[in-house]
Amino acid sequence: MSKPIVEAREIHKHFGHLHVLKGVDLEVAERELVFVIGPSGSGKSTLLRCLNRLEEPSSGSVVVDGIDMLDPRTDINHARQRIGMVFQSFNLYPHMTALGNVTLALRKVAGKSRAEADALGLAALQRVGLADRAGHTPGQLSGGQQQRVAIARAIALEPRVMLFDEPTSALDPELVGSVLEVMRDLRQSGMTMIVVSHEMGFARNAADRVMFMDDGLIVEQGPPAAIFENPTQERTRAFIGQIQRH
Amino acid sequence: MIETFFNPEIIAAIWPIVLAGLLNTVLLSLIVVPLGLLGGLILALLATVHHPLVRWPLMAWVDFFRAFPPLVLLVLLFAGLPFAGLELGGFACVAIAFFLNTGAYYGEILRAGIESVPAGQVEAGRSTGLSRLQAMTYIVLPQAVRNVLPDLMSNTLEVVKLTSLGSVVAVPELLFQARQAQSLTYNATPIVLAAIIYFLLLWPMVRLLSRLENRALASRR
Amino acid sequence: MSTWDRFVETFFNAKVMVKYLPDILSGMVVTIELAVLIVLSGLLAGLVLALLRALAIRPLNWLIIFVVDLFRSLPPLVIIVLIYFGLPAAGVSPSGFVSTWLSLAFVLMAFSEEIFWAGITSIPKGQWEASRSTGLSFGQTLINVVLPQALRLTIPPLTNRTIAITKGTALGTVVAVTEILGQASSAVSNSYNPSPLMMGAAAYLVLFLPVVVAARWVETKFAWKR
Repeated sequence: MSKPIVEAREIHKHFGHLHVLKGVDLEVAERELVFVIGPSGSGKSTLLRCLNRLEEPSSGSVVVDGIDMLDPRTDINHARQRIGMVFQSFNLYPHMTALGNVTLALRKVAGKSRAEADALGLAALQRVGLADRAGHTPGQLSGGQQQRVAIARAIALEPRVMLFDEPTSALDPELVGSVLEVMRDLRQSGMTMIVVSHEMGFARNAADRVMFMDDGLIVEQGPPAAIFENPTQERTRAFIGQIQRH
Repeated sequence: MIETFFNPEIIAAIWPIVLAGLLNTVLLSLIVVPLGLLGGLILALLATVHHPLVRWPLMAWVDFFRAFPPLVLLVLLFAGLPFAGLELGGFACVAIAFFLNTGAYYGEILRAGIESVPAGQVEAGRSTGLSRLQAMTYIVLPQAVRNVLPDLMSNTLEVVKLTSLGSVVAVPELLFQARQAQSLTYNATPIVLAAIIYFLLLWPMVRLLSRLENRALASRR
Repeated sequence: MSTWDRFVETFFNAKVMVKYLPDILSGMVVTIELAVLIVLSGLLAGLVLALLRALAIRPLNWLIIFVVDLFRSLPPLVIIVLIYFGLPAAGVSPSGFVSTWLSLAFVLMAFSEEIFWAGITSIPKGQWEASRSTGLSFGQTLINVVLPQALRLTIPPLTNRTIAITKGTALGTVVAVTEILGQASSAVSNSYNPSPLMMGAAAYLVLFLPVVVAARWVETKFAWKR
């Protein structure tokens, strides 16, 4: 296995009295796709958000692509450009066009000119199949299209890692496929991805590794087949049984 | 500095004058707030009639008073009407001006409140045999008022502050009395005292409002 | 002479009106100057305070909240009188014009700060997170992502409040500002005829009615669509 591109050690996170992460270790290799599953409140989203420091870990260390994310001397805004994030509720900027959403950070953080940013932004929209919607505002797009624009917003910055926080949970069932397809393309292009999601079918045929989290800890991890067919832990079995019944 | 702005001797001497003003301000508010609400209720109820012959004059009426400074209205009544042989006195002029001016503002608020109640509410009430008026009184208005309570309170705050205009037409409310006291003592203390009284009187309401408004704007999205 | 003729003769006396028209017009100029100064400085100060408040520095925020509450609690006329009649005792003697401008600008600052702030806080957390996740700084996110959305949300309440406060320029007459009402009032006492007052009233309508109608249009136009 090549040198890990994401290395998180002993991550703890407290929200007041709540102990949400209880010492999580996570290593992700380059080009790996790690799938994180677990019941709501298990801490999987919090873990993801600790990786780009949207959430400040209470203790532990996070190194992404050789950059110590928790070092106060790290230029966090620069570092975050290398870590793309896709949210459950898209979080597109409603006052900007699709292209405007994609190019904002290119112009303001990466320092590109408007023309350069527009070209890169259009290319990113092209990759998610929405170049023809560049001039539309989020309100004029379907949920699936909005989420694809959100993915374009992240990949336009050419990140080394992509974090997906339940990217299809807010979508109507018939729109899920288009988003998963874009994620599959990304995967094929060799992007390192960490995905929190309940899309078991996608996990089964796209993931290198599945992690099951419960109560702030990683309970069990392994190849998808092993986790889904032969979980060793009772908690994992119960959770997977529940999910598959739906 | 304290000598000129917060002189204890002067406070002691003018306290009765200022206190009388405070009582009149409270009294004036207790009269003009219900008057304005009454005016507003009439306008809001008229607005439920969707006939163009009612709608357009109503909108013109409201816009007129939104554009017209209340002080100008007050001076017009106080200094203009005597030329037509009508001397109403400061107090009556304030009452009429407030009925017209703040009525227009209350009317807009109550109208928005009534419009915020779904039509199904009236239909449900009517289906149980309530008359139009009963449905309005028992079903629509209580919900309407609750929906726009922050706006109603905010406008009421403005109305209470507006009573200070009475000082221009010699109504002996807080500001008027303070200015009287100031001209007696040649000292700024009475005005500062009046300002402090206004602040202590209205601050709790401002605090409460700012909480309510923050929530209201957040829920508009 | 019929009652109607007498009424017109009294309230719309042509001779008096022609004589005092220049005074009313010069009053309009003063009212416009005051209004423009109040709106520009008041809204700008309110926006700056709201942005400062977003920095979340505790003691600074307490100060901002206190100043805002103060100018929301005090009647504008009381503030004007306080500055005009009170400050000279401290050795500063602002003119009636400056007193009125400062007072109403402070009041507009307070109200607009509240509205701007409510707008900023009503923008969902996800907008901040999405922007920060792409590497935009706090300030860049505030300016590029949050503020444009917040401003749009605040336009209807802001226009209404701005009109209500700007109308207060008429209060300047109490401290001898020669704006419309001041000019009209002195014309009435000079001519012993109420016609100038009617002209003054018309002047206010000419100035403010278009703004009120425009505000109505703005209110429907900027109702937020997502």
